[in-house]
Amino acid sequence: MAFLELTHINKTFNQTTAVHDFNLAIEGGEFVSFLGPSGCGKTTTLRMVAGFEQPTSGRIVMDGVEITNTAPNQRNIGMVFQSYALFPNMKVADNIGFGLMVAGKPSSEIKKRVAEMLSLIKLEQLGDRYPFQLSGGQQQRVALARALAIRPQLLLLDEPLSALDAKIRVSLRNEIRAIQRQLGITTIYVTHDQEEALSLSDRVVVMNHSLIEQVGTPFEIYNFPKTAFVASFVGTLNSLPAEVLDAATGLLRVDGQEIHTTQPLKAAKNGDKITLALRPELFRLNRTAVGENQLSGRVENILFLGAIVRIQVRLRETLLAMDTFNNPHLALPSLGEEVTVSFSPEACLVLDTK
Amino acid sequence: MKRSSLWGWLWVLLGAVYFLLPLYGTFDFSLRAQRGKLSFTAYQSALTDPEFLRTFAFSFRMAVFTIILSILLIVPTAYWVHLRLRRLRPVVEFITLLPFVVPGIILVFGTIKLYSKPITLFGFTLLPALTNTHATTDILLVAGYSVLALPYMYRAVDTGLRTIDVRTLTEAAQSLGAGWGTILWRIILPNLRTALLSGALITFATVIGELTLATFLARPAFGPYLALLGNHKTYEPSALAIISFVITWAAMGVIQYISRGNPSQIAGGR
Ligand SMILES: Nc1ncnc2c1ncn2[C@@H]1O[C@H](COP(=O)(O)OP(=O)(O)OP(=O)(O)O)[C@@H](O)[C@H]1O
Ligand SMILES: [Mg+2]
Repeated sequence: MAFLELTHINKTFNQTTAVHDFNLAIEGGEFVSFLGPSGCGKTTTLRMVAGFEQPTSGRIVMDGVEITNTAPNQRNIGMVFQSYALFPNMKVADNIGFGLMVAGKPSSEIKKRVAEMLSLIKLEQLGDRYPFQLSGGQQQRVALARALAIRPQLLLLDEPLSALDAKIRVSLRNEIRAIQRQLGITTIYVTHDQEEALSLSDRVVVMNHSLIEQVGTPFEIYNFPKTAFVASFVGTLNSLPAEVLDAATGLLRVDGQEIHTTQPLKAAKNGDKITLALRPELFRLNRTAVGENQLSGRVENILFLGAIVRIQVRLRETLLAMDTFNNPHLALPSLGEEVTVSFSPEACLVLDTK
Repeated sequence: MKRSSLWGWLWVLLGAVYFLLPLYGTFDFSLRAQRGKLSFTAYQSALTDPEFLRTFAFSFRMAVFTIILSILLIVPTAYWVHLRLRRLRPVVEFITLLPFVVPGIILVFGTIKLYSKPITLFGFTLLPALTNTHATTDILLVAGYSVLALPYMYRAVDTGLRTIDVRTLTEAAQSLGAGWGTILWRIILPNLRTALLSGALITFATVIGELTLATFLARPAFGPYLALLGNHKTYEPSALAIISFVITWAAMGVIQYISRGNPSQIAGGR
């Protein structure tokens, strides 16, 4: 039995469905992210686990104990909020020790634990400050320490880095992951940032419109998206409208040019219009190997994205984006040049057949 | 000096004269209890009158009870409205403004009419007549004062609650194991310190000078004493007016001093 089990969770507010038939089992020590666009129900699901919302139906079981209707202050679950939510009237040390104070622990024990937590988040010197005397990143580390001080069975984080600037976001997320590994604490992390979810998680739960679209490792989610939504939401994607010429052999026509796919065409018949999805990093320019697909077009734009150069190629109508690693010896085509773009038949995912 | 700033100064001067002249007049008058020379005789006689001390002490006690009762009633109410009943906010706000609409005289007669007879239900006495003894009348008085203080106290608490993120702080405390009592006592109240203090001081000023309720409930409060004094004495009322003025300004100074640079107000609970 998994450490945390959510079974058939539904949540409706008045008329709106926030979460629909949510099923998930999380193993002990696992780091799971909920990823999805705004309003898809990530926060609502997390708040039901924390006990701030009651599911309309369904069960939540943690460590073999049903907690569906347990009060939030009886759950022993640590929570970190986007807005830090430090108690403004208390010093950093008192914030961190609050949960232990509430539990009636002796002050010597609280002091020891607070010192431990301060060194865990590398803010040993700042115990006597008030929250308003800290930077955003420091405040969020204190909030993390406060949540962990009570030795919770589960740690929940709701977009903890959204209020911080880009540099700190990256360093703090690595720090959160390192602390999580060190303590081995089961963690759910809510974010709408795919890079965050992919880089941090053992498993990612992609949600859309109150439904789970796919659950999988970052590798699976990125390389084998199960739905059109997952494919387009995670990473950059080229969508190509195509026509099925021969469903049996996987022969397709894209903008008047013929290509093959090895992906199953589901129930498509000859003449059907389908959508293909291709990752920009799976294309190559002007180098076609045997058995590969090839499309020709004109270079329309070249974008420098730092480590990556994105070349946009116009086929007859469709615009393709292809990524290549930047290096000083890179021979780039010029704008308007005729080029061929090649890719393997496995690379083109078939998203939906219409 | 530029023309505009000259005009500015003129207005400031006019305003100062408008406010300070009557004050100066009163002060000057209060010093003339002895013919032909300035003295603090009026202050001396006003302050040494045993009635002054007795009524002031009484009103002071009532003010303290009123403040405690108001805080006990209003803080949890306003907190709950902020947390769970946001839609009811306009309704609650309207109710708290009623004391401005309903005159005190109506409040006191309604109170007397309702509580001067025992309240019974199917022949059982739920509540004896409260106006029969001094102690129970004082309960009515404090209750009435709390109603009068409602607009100020509620507004102060409401403003204080707006400066912190009530919902998230509550949830953070809950996830750390805190119950409602702990949350109110350790998180909400400390962050409302400034708000409560200003509410309390305004309530204090209201109760100390209140006339109608105390008169009709026939309790020996400071307001009626002041009014009575005005009918009998010449210089002492001016002396007391100056004294209450000083007390009021001292109170405002205290509010200013305490709310100055309060960390919880700057951080705003973020
Ligand atoms: N208290 C509430 N009352 C009514 N509707 C709500 C409430 N909370 C959430 N909803 C609705 O439920 C849906 C899911 O909201 P939720 O906050 O879970 O989204 P989210 O995935 O966390 O989005 P975001 O990335 O913007 O935080 C939304 O349509 C939202 O409007
Ligand atoms: Mg959210």
